[in-house]
Amino acid sequence: MTVLSAGILPLIQHAAPAAGAHPLAGTVADWLWLVPLLPLLGFVINGALSLFAVAHTGPSDPDAGHGDVAAHDHADAGHTLPGDVASGSHGDDHHPVARHRFAGIVSVVGPLMLALSFVLTAAMFFAMRSAHATEPFIQTYFTWMITGELNLAAAFQLDQLAMVMMLVITGVGTLIHVFSVGYMRDDPGYPRYFAYLNLFVFFMLVLVMGANYPVMFIGWEGVGLCSYLLIGFWFSEKANADAGKKAFIVNRIGDFGFLVALMMLFAHLGTMDFQGVAAGAPQMSTGVVTAICLFLFLGCVGKSAQIPLYVWLPDAMAGPTPVSALIHAATMVTAGVYLVARSSFLFSLAPVAGLTVALTGALTALFAATIGLKQWDIKKILAYSTVSQLGFMFMAVGVGAYVAGIFHLATHAFFKALLFLGSGSVIYAMHAAYHKTGSHEDAQDVRNMGGLRRFMPVTWVLMWIATLAIAGIPPFAGFFSKDEILTSVYARAHGSTLAEASWLGIPGSALLYFIYFVGIVTALLTAIYMTRMMLYTFHGPNRTGEAERGALKEAPWVMTGPLVLLGVLSAFGGWFNLPKIFTDFLPVGPTFALEHWLDPVVGEQQLAVTHGEAVHLSHGTELLLIGAAIVVAIAGIVVAWRMLKPEKLVPKADSPADEGFERIFAEKYFVDEGYDRAIVQPLYRGSRGVLWRGVDAGLIDGFFVNGTAWLARAFGWLGSTAQTGAVGTYAWVVVLGVVAVIGVFTLR
Amino acid sequence: MSQLLDSIGYQSWVLPALLIIPLVGAGVLLALAVRGNGDEAGPARTARMIAFFTLLAEFIVSIGLWWSFESGSGWHASVNIPWIPTWGVRFSIGLDGFALMMVLLTTFLMPLTVLGGWTSVRTKVHSYLILLLVMTTGMLGVFLARDLFLFYVMWEVMLVPMYFIIGIWGGERRIYASLKFFIYTMVGSILMLVGIIYIGIQAGSPITGAPDFSYAAALGQSFSPAASFWLFGAFFLAFAVKVPMFPFHTWLPDAHVEAPTAGSVILASIMLKMGTFGFLRFALPLFPGAAMDPTVRAIILILAVIAIIYGALVALVQPDFKKLVAYSSVSHMGFVMLGIFALTVESVQGALMVMINHGISTGALFFLVGMIYERRHSRLIDSYGGIARVVPMFAAALTLVALSSIALPGTNGFVGEFLVLIGAFKTFPVLTAIAATGVIFAAAYMLWALQRILFNKLDKDENRHLPDLNWREIGLLTPLIAAIIWIGVYPAPVLRRMESAAHDLVQRVERGPQGRFPRPEGLP
Repeated sequence: MTVLSAGILPLIQHAAPAAGAHPLAGTVADWLWLVPLLPLLGFVINGALSLFAVAHTGPSDPDAGHGDVAAHDHADAGHTLPGDVASGSHGDDHHPVARHRFAGIVSVVGPLMLALSFVLTAAMFFAMRSAHATEPFIQTYFTWMITGELNLAAAFQLDQLAMVMMLVITGVGTLIHVFSVGYMRDDPGYPRYFAYLNLFVFFMLVLVMGANYPVMFIGWEGVGLCSYLLIGFWFSEKANADAGKKAFIVNRIGDFGFLVALMMLFAHLGTMDFQGVAAGAPQMSTGVVTAICLFLFLGCVGKSAQIPLYVWLPDAMAGPTPVSALIHAATMVTAGVYLVARSSFLFSLAPVAGLTVALTGALTALFAATIGLKQWDIKKILAYSTVSQLGFMFMAVGVGAYVAGIFHLATHAFFKALLFLGSGSVIYAMHAAYHKTGSHEDAQDVRNMGGLRRFMPVTWVLMWIATLAIAGIPPFAGFFSKDEILTSVYARAHGSTLAEASWLGIPGSALLYFIYFVGIVTALLTAIYMTRMMLYTFHGPNRTGEAERGALKEAPWVMTGPLVLLGVLSAFGGWFNLPKIFTDFLPVGPTFALEHWLDPVVGEQQLAVTHGEAVHLSHGTELLLIGAAIVVAIAGIVVAWRMLKPEKLVPKADSPADEGFERIFAEKYFVDEGYDRAIVQPLYRGSRGVLWRGVDAGLIDGFFVNGTAWLARAFGWLGSTAQTGAVGTYAWVVVLGVVAVIGVFTLR
Repeated sequence: MSQLLDSIGYQSWVLPALLIIPLVGAGVLLALAVRGNGDEAGPARTARMIAFFTLLAEFIVSIGLWWSFESGSGWHASVNIPWIPTWGVRFSIGLDGFALMMVLLTTFLMPLTVLGGWTSVRTKVHSYLILLLVMTTGMLGVFLARDLFLFYVMWEVMLVPMYFIIGIWGGERRIYASLKFFIYTMVGSILMLVGIIYIGIQAGSPITGAPDFSYAAALGQSFSPAASFWLFGAFFLAFAVKVPMFPFHTWLPDAHVEAPTAGSVILASIMLKMGTFGFLRFALPLFPGAAMDPTVRAIILILAVIAIIYGALVALVQPDFKKLVAYSSVSHMGFVMLGIFALTVESVQGALMVMINHGISTGALFFLVGMIYERRHSRLIDSYGGIARVVPMFAAALTLVALSSIALPGTNGFVGEFLVLIGAFKTFPVLTAIAATGVIFAAAYMLWALQRILFNKLDKDENRHLPDLNWREIGLLTPLIAAIIWIGVYPAPVLRRMESAAHDLVQRVERGPQGRFPRPEGLP
């Protein structure tokens, strides 16, 4: 590696002479480029193994066997409806067929690259802590695009915000990679899986490390690509391939917004570097800044699954469960929150945009939580929970509480990753049990679970920790971050630029109180649906089936180990940013550590929203707000505990259909169906019937092009029929012609 | 490198050599064809080898241009000799920043087209290869011509071989398609010939009365607004058909679908570029007054945006994969027209990039369609499904190329579209924002097609034993994929070489010839 550094480092310093003055220059931060490069290397190795091995294992045709089994099932299990087969396809998460012959190498390369990346990031963190850098550390590698006024560098930057994200991505990412070794080892596509996963981490790091918007956009679309590939990882099922495609296309709608924002930035400022935009932002009119912010936010709405583009995320659960944990909970979907925080120099100037962000977040949080109340698929519950929690993060960054948003992003990464991986362990056990008896029951439906705490005690305890964290019970991580969000929203309802702004005629202050109220209600619902999930999964009697019950057991340690670490983080993650009111009362850790850490990046912008003064609430108010949050969380758990009766639940196959409101929640307000009828089908039919068959084949080609050809032929035919060869006829024509000509000339 | 090139006098002979090498190869093949039968395996193989190595030599000769013409400004390696003195026609060729990358794209792709048709063309192999070689000369001539008459000759020279390639080695409806292609293009270009003769006579010597067809003379002319308008119209029609712009595009899907793989690749990757190249080389700089007339400009820009969205939507519903790619070309070429007529340095550079990238990515797509067609004899998307598990390498290649076609950042496709968009937004924000929705539709048609071909259930028995890519095919795709990644990650060297030409064009058109046509009012 020293050889490598001798070769590459001089190049970098040559390209970026300004970096020499930065306090981080000459430290381990010089290796910044290696952080994303390691996962990229993993992708190359695993990808090569995947292609190479398939090319040489001879004719492998797993589908042939698969089809036979299905046909066989139909023959002797007459009660199986076609619909059951279809729904089983997305309920069935795990398809062990045959272990790949390079599984050993892959198990080492995949997680190792990420672990190295994490170690490097951690070293940089300590270097940063002692360097006290106030400016970002920028490494410029080469010119990406240069023409006219445009000069775009391929450059990475390291600042405190990027560092937090990098730690989450590589840290939580490593744990999920290790878990994946256990979860996916027996899948025939194992090297391909790790190739995609490594590639994802590469793009995610590019996203957070890019020093300008276009480089960030590489990561932004790159993670979308990996998400697409991993959702559709088991692509032989149409539902999975559909879900992947849907995710990509819906995300592209958001990316369109991102692109328009970039065009506007370039047209108005001539630059797309973060530093350049930050410097130029105050020169733009508020209207332009607001427009740019709203277009950027459209990108966030797509990537972070907010109303109205959230529809792809629940479907994304078709991917392997560790993917759901890494991409669709801990990292990628939070990119929108990161983007708003990263663009704080724009959003803090546009209160109307900020209010839009916060309101969208609040409504999404509430909306998704109500759907989460009635889902039966354990992963779907968690998916809607993720949408809802992302809404909380947008509430925070929308009102300019960037630290609170990033704080919740980090704690959410811990407890939601834990919940997903825990559910992965549960599904793994359920699937193994059903596999043993050859049953085709749904391994992800909570109605088929129940009482699992007896079989998987470790997972049970850990998932309760995560549940208490997400519900907001002190002293678990989620309590501190969620409380900070709610307090921030409440505090900004007075004396902030947001409160003074007017949003579509509604005073900002009133809107902020409304958002706070929605947040409290959502917190209550969160506690309810999470307790419901835990009750149905782990408590009450077991409904898996007599034959299968014996096979239920805890997952191997390669899977449970990462869960334990995440459990520790979920329990104590709040320590990263303890509020003063807490440390005054119980001096167990540093006060507002994250707040101080992020101060160089977002401190000024946070103050801009509140007229340059730190947010201040009276001691009493603050205590009241905390009390309200705690009461709501406890109330939610108690209500769910008292009202729901897991004993009365019956397995999925015997359950009656939902009715009334329950049906609307369970069917997710029929939004997917609405989009299909209002947008997808008309677009398809219009393109096919009107544009292609009507305009293209009919009007342009049929009428004009072939019509012209027909006319030419018709004239040719007329001309040819006139040539009869009868001289007499010709003579008459000549005479008539002469008469006509003379007549015309004389009469004129 | 440039010193080495100077020492062998590279500049003085390279362009004539590029035009002659393919003709020499064609001559050799002709001699062999007279002696032996190209329908037999042995002679056919020899013929393919000769054609391939001729075109490979052509590429190697041309690659020096990358270094010898690093600045990209002015004219390079010009050769100017009298050809038909009484008509004032000269054999005048030269390279500028616009032509450089187009020439390299052509010489890069041509050897690959021979590889691509290695096994699929089995009849009249000699004739087929001779036509390919002659066409190479014709296409390079179009890019290099510095004389309007020579340009027109080369324009027609490349048309005839393509007509035969579609008509003889094409699919079932090849006669209809080739005739449509020929007549459509011909009608467009006849008027251009009239325009060229008019310009030649105008520019002619007032003393001797001999016309002058040189490009420089044409540039020096100032036409009356009416003449400028009609001349622009004549050139516009020729180029618009070639691009093809909506609504002159309907020859394209038929020609693409019926052409053999090499024909489709050449048609999409190189010939379509002739149209947009014509706008850059002739229609804009010669008649800036007409081209920048607000109404004309608005019509062309609106047609470009329609092409982007319309092409994508029609591509969405195509049952035939080749047709889908053809309509996607209409969409991509819309971006090129948008970039050219938005007329900022960034957008013109972007248009040039899209031209290059479309050549690489769509060429690769047609190669891939050809490969799967050879195995399965169907272009219908519904004939496939789930084949990613049978042919993983093919699947990986198709996915990557499709992603570059829908402009995923990090691939070449993004660079072009991004530059067009940010450049055009400066002059036409609303239209450009509408055009940007094209990225959504592009993802829709391409990913849906990918899903129905590669993913879903492997439910057709014919697909269970498709062989994966062989070494010839891997060798053919590797340079294309390398180019996709290289231009996506490091396009700066390419952009640098085209910058000066783009800059000159923008300045010239905004100013008008010798400042006689001021910028029309009412434009942003």
